[in-house]
Amino acid sequence: MNSNDLLKEFIDVFYFIVQNMLPVAIPLLLVALGGMFSERSGVINIALEGIMLFGAFFGCLFVYYVQNTGLNPQVILLLGMVIGAISGFIYSLLLSVAAVNLKADQTITGTALNLIIPAGILLFSRMYFNSDGVTTRVRFYISKIPVLGDIPVIGRLFFQNTYITVYIGLLLLVICTIFFYKTRLGLRLRACGEHPHAADSVGINVYRMRHLGVGLSGILGGIGGFFYAVGIMDGNVNGHTGVAGFGFLALAVMIFGQWKPIRIFFAALFFAFFRTLAPSRSLIPFVRDMNINAAYFKMLPYAATMVVLAFTSKKSRAPKAEGIPFDKGQR
Amino acid sequence: MEDNYIIEMLNITKVFPGIVANDNVTLRLKKGEIHALLGENGAGKSTLMSILFGLYQADSGEIRKNGKVVKINNPNDANALGIGMVHQHFKLVEIFTVLENIMLGDEPTKLGFLQRKQARERIMKFSQQYGLEVNLDALIEDISVGMQQRVEILKMLYRDNEILIFDEPTAVLTPQEIDDLMEIMREFARSGKSIIFITHKLNEIMAVADRCTVLRKGKCVGTVNIKDTTKEELSRMMVGRDVSFSVNKADANPGEVVLSVRNLSVPSSIHKTNAVRNVSFDVRAGEIVCIAGIDGNGQTELVYALTGLERPSGGTITLCGRDITRASIRNRSKTGMSHIPEDRQKHGLILDYTLEENLVLQRYWQPEFQNKGFIRFDAMRSYATRLIDQYDIRSGQGPVTIVRSMSGGNQQKAIVARELDKDHKLLVAVQPTRGLDVGAIEYIHRQLVSDRDAGKAVLIVSFELDEVMDISDRILVMYEGEIVGELDPKTTTVQELGLYMSGAKRSTVKEMSYA
Repeated sequence: MNSNDLLKEFIDVFYFIVQNMLPVAIPLLLVALGGMFSERSGVINIALEGIMLFGAFFGCLFVYYVQNTGLNPQVILLLGMVIGAISGFIYSLLLSVAAVNLKADQTITGTALNLIIPAGILLFSRMYFNSDGVTTRVRFYISKIPVLGDIPVIGRLFFQNTYITVYIGLLLLVICTIFFYKTRLGLRLRACGEHPHAADSVGINVYRMRHLGVGLSGILGGIGGFFYAVGIMDGNVNGHTGVAGFGFLALAVMIFGQWKPIRIFFAALFFAFFRTLAPSRSLIPFVRDMNINAAYFKMLPYAATMVVLAFTSKKSRAPKAEGIPFDKGQR
Repeated sequence: MEDNYIIEMLNITKVFPGIVANDNVTLRLKKGEIHALLGENGAGKSTLMSILFGLYQADSGEIRKNGKVVKINNPNDANALGIGMVHQHFKLVEIFTVLENIMLGDEPTKLGFLQRKQARERIMKFSQQYGLEVNLDALIEDISVGMQQRVEILKMLYRDNEILIFDEPTAVLTPQEIDDLMEIMREFARSGKSIIFITHKLNEIMAVADRCTVLRKGKCVGTVNIKDTTKEELSRMMVGRDVSFSVNKADANPGEVVLSVRNLSVPSSIHKTNAVRNVSFDVRAGEIVCIAGIDGNGQTELVYALTGLERPSGGTITLCGRDITRASIRNRSKTGMSHIPEDRQKHGLILDYTLEENLVLQRYWQPEFQNKGFIRFDAMRSYATRLIDQYDIRSGQGPVTIVRSMSGGNQQKAIVARELDKDHKLLVAVQPTRGLDVGAIEYIHRQLVSDRDAGKAVLIVSFELDEVMDISDRILVMYEGEIVGELDPKTTTVQELGLYMSGAKRSTVKEMSYA
């Protein structure tokens, strides 16, 4: 009797963690994939945090203006995603033009792009909303998907209490992986991050490939940012918390994932798991009994980042030419 | 005959800031010939070929193919004209497979998706036709340099190139691999392809080329038929004066043991195994010992261990009777070690310091150059001035020249001056003449011999067979981290040395004597 209760409780916690973990993992996954495209083309993208926030802000702003039109919430989400992607792409142009055409220092450019956005959001929101950000009230949450949600076990794991961001994210993972490894563009893009002069000598336009890499990181970063606002912040965005360092977490995910899509997916799940532990702690019996301050749980994903990177960074193999502006004349 | 030129580069001039790299150079390539392009370092060979390959554009002059003027603005244009190039530093993506590297830039696709199978079949065809066997699924970083060169050659065939440029292809190969390459080049010529072969090694030109164009300081000295010329004449054309190919030196007179290495092992920075395995040897005062071998067989790691740049994983190093296995670099220096490092810009100089600062890098802490922690600039200046005079170091502004702005040869002279002038018993020199022209090489060799004659022990690591044969009193051959042979340059041949270097031959007799 007693053990049966315990088992039931354990299963509930398991479902809860998986259901909560996926919406957290998806933004990390997408942004890290974006970082992967940028860095494998040869441009260090430290601006992921800023790109995310930029995409999140415009996505939410769009949601704010259409929330009273009576559109289906999922349609709003899809449109918001497109807005997020476009704005992320536009913002990433600042990085690609500076890094590729102007041969600027990529780390400094990225840092500047990160710094400007939270301040911009605060300023804009104060001017027009008299608040710190954009607050929306569309319910994107899906408690149960018809038919699929009724499948035993799988239905409860993946099709209940979730967001469609999860499915879009997984679809994008598949597309990105195929693009990366199976297409001509993918092959050429990877060559530019490793040995741009080799690519140049066989007639590949290195500048164009790097623009493509950074542009893709803008699109995926913008979508990731909007998905963060949807799945973690309930459709809100503000200039104080921003995206809570998720852009930098995504960088860690990318490094932990060794700049490879499938590994990045598992790395994203790993970090998302730690992120989910904080809200689930009161549900897990023995953890609840330990009576640890909630703040420590909230630190977990960030602490895990440091530990993981400390152990893996020595073995990690970054794209060889990343961070070095391409100069035709130098050989 | 006149109309038979497949490529003509007429009156090409190319100016870089501060230097005329090509001054009115003309090169005519016949169909089906092997045409050597000869010149010292910095003579403008690579620039000329980069213009032909579309990496640079000429300031004036024109290029003709089959008599028609063509414009080559980028490698794509060159490729479209059937011009391919094996670069001196291979242009291969290390983490890609051989297949991916060959097809990169010219990939067969369907709707943007790669058709690897199609590319594979095409490559196999050429691979069989010319006997160029490669493993298409191996990663570049896992295959040997000779194999990588094969990949570069297949890249040209894959693109149907009929004009093949080889930029110093033999520098990285063993003597046997060089013979193979020459045979492949002859085969290409027989099948109607035209070859430009860039080199500064005269023996190779005499062996394989039909004609030779010589450049000196950016100017075209002339084009000769190999049949009607000699090595001596070519070298005179290249350098502008008579050059002695061999180093003049008296017989060695070895004294007591200065450096003694026993069972030394050094870990590799890349792989888990040891890069140097159980190596033992001695170097005596008054002799020059050369460590021969192909690049990457543990020579670098051995020197790192000797000079203190890396910790050995086992064995002992004794210098002048003192165990220095774990001594600091300054301690080794004080004990009597001088070091001319392999990478002069990384380990030899601080490029953004002035020449005088670099000249006292090993000694600034001595009382002569400092007073209570403050540098004595006047002493530093007069010391530097003396060295600059004595070793003929040429620079723009004398002692206060920023070293980065100096030529490679003069940077090397600065290091040689610093290391030889310092009180030392042992000189370790790695590739001391790399990248230097014939004149500078002669100079460095003279300095090394006179150091030996002054009773110092000299240990040289070199990948150049001619240098090894010329300068050494004793040769140790390294192969895969071990010393596989000890040879006397007077009684051995380059061919035999090559066999040891490629691992085809090894002797164990000498090793025993150190046990």
